[in-house]
Amino acid sequence: MADNPTSWSMRVIVGLLFLFLLAPVLLVFPISFSGDDVLAFPPNSWSLRWYEELVGNSVLMSAFLTSIGLAVVVTALSLIIAVPASYAIVRLKVTGSEFLFNLFTAPLLLPTIVLGLAILIIFASMGLLATFTGLVIGHLVITLPYALRVLSVSLGNLNLACEEAASTLGARPLVVFLRITLPMMASGIVAATALCFLVSFDEVVITLFLTGPRITTLPVELFHHVESQADPLVASASVLLILMTLAVVVTVDRTMGLTKAFIK
Amino acid sequence: MTVAALDLPIAAPKSSSRAGIATVLLLPIALVNAIGFLLPVLNLAKMSFNEALAGGGIGEAFTTANWTGLLQDQFYLELLVNSVTVSLGITIATLLASYPIALYLHRASGMWRTFLTVLVISPLMTSAVVRTYGWIALLAEQGPVANVIAAMGFQPPRMMFNTTGVVIGLTEILMPYMILSLMAGFGRLDPKIEEAAQTLGATPFKTFWRIVLPLTLPGIALGCLLCFVLAISSFITPKLMGGGRVFLLATEIYDQAIVTLNWPLAATLSMLVLIIFGLALAVYSRVLQMIDQG
Repeated sequence: MADNPTSWSMRVIVGLLFLFLLAPVLLVFPISFSGDDVLAFPPNSWSLRWYEELVGNSVLMSAFLTSIGLAVVVTALSLIIAVPASYAIVRLKVTGSEFLFNLFTAPLLLPTIVLGLAILIIFASMGLLATFTGLVIGHLVITLPYALRVLSVSLGNLNLACEEAASTLGARPLVVFLRITLPMMASGIVAATALCFLVSFDEVVITLFLTGPRITTLPVELFHHVESQADPLVASASVLLILMTLAVVVTVDRTMGLTKAFIK
Repeated sequence: MTVAALDLPIAAPKSSSRAGIATVLLLPIALVNAIGFLLPVLNLAKMSFNEALAGGGIGEAFTTANWTGLLQDQFYLELLVNSVTVSLGITIATLLASYPIALYLHRASGMWRTFLTVLVISPLMTSAVVRTYGWIALLAEQGPVANVIAAMGFQPPRMMFNTTGVVIGLTEILMPYMILSLMAGFGRLDPKIEEAAQTLGATPFKTFWRIVLPLTLPGIALGCLLCFVLAISSFITPKLMGGGRVFLLATEIYDQAIVTLNWPLAATLSMLVLIIFGLALAVYSRVLQMIDQG
């Protein structure tokens, strides 16, 4: 916008606000290399000791593995459940499909603290608390709405001509779906996969209600750690979390371009 | 909320048992929805009318004692007022901190705009625990922020384990939502209108006040609604930065559910949060109407 140059004062304000926005995340990186016993910035000395502590901390490491396993299972199940559901809603368009779509995405409208409590109370009577199954169902409640939304949009944007041509040429509906529709939905499926994985991997509040001494996830363990003490261990674990997220985002970007996957 | 894609013309399969196939395809998602959402939420609503017995037990008889007790207890009335006030404060702070960024992003173009937008979204992909931890480091007693304030010759205020810290932390955590909402609402803002106003002799301030601000009101309303409901139901940041000294609805729900094991009271507080959500939504649609009517 050459003829409407932004004034310098505006640029300084925007720069400071960006600093405010990014400071807490950026700060985690230098703190993770601290050599101090307690949380302080800037650190008095530098070392890799908190990374060593992290790797040597069996509770955090097993929580990390649980988080990964949980996210993988939840993501796979989300796709297996949401792909047929999005097909039924967008393509078969049975009566009340709009109502069903709203019902199935409604969990996202509830605050997680309320949803977490509600699930806790029901799961307690079903014996699902602090079990892997319980965590999987709890996470599915919030990953399925994302998956359904992304996949429905992706399915709705497809050109019907290819599918119609295949049908006309005699392909059965299932063959049309597997050979034509599913491959054409690839970008939506990749986006849904990444989204479900990240949502499950980062979930804290609902998980907090469903975990216990027997089973716990990395974000929940970090929450308890920050609650009880202030040391740089959480910083090195946070770097791990951020790198995980970055890896997922970069993978999606390499596969298809981030804008294509998310903004469509 | 409707998705535009749902309205596309649909090729109807020949089979007459379309509804049958659809039922099979929808069964798994319906099952998860029933077990993990419908049943728990209905049960929660019911539980707010159950009696809390000593030792964490729950009476089955219908009672409005939780509700009447809540509304007569000075502590909970203060908690409610405090939660709403703090959330409104956070919403205003978030709006003030986000508006310049959103306006700048709206006017930026090309790679620079894409880069900055990614910077705005990136905190959203970072766990609230991590960002709150960053704020604890920043606002600690001998921390960088306190040092800067001291270097400027002021007495640094206490910023941790009180409402100040919670407001600062949540403002930052909610900024991406506000910026994205504002940008979504900035579509009506055409630089040509601003230029016209300036050509006709309006000062930059007058242009902003009379042209830019009114055109961006729908985005502001949306962002404020979103931030208010997220602030009043947020738990991680108030719990960690409040250090047990800041009492808000969400932290009280957690404490009642996990520490005190008074589930009926926790359920009642949860319903209260949902009622506040409903009221916020009603205010929002009223505000939108007023904006539309000018």
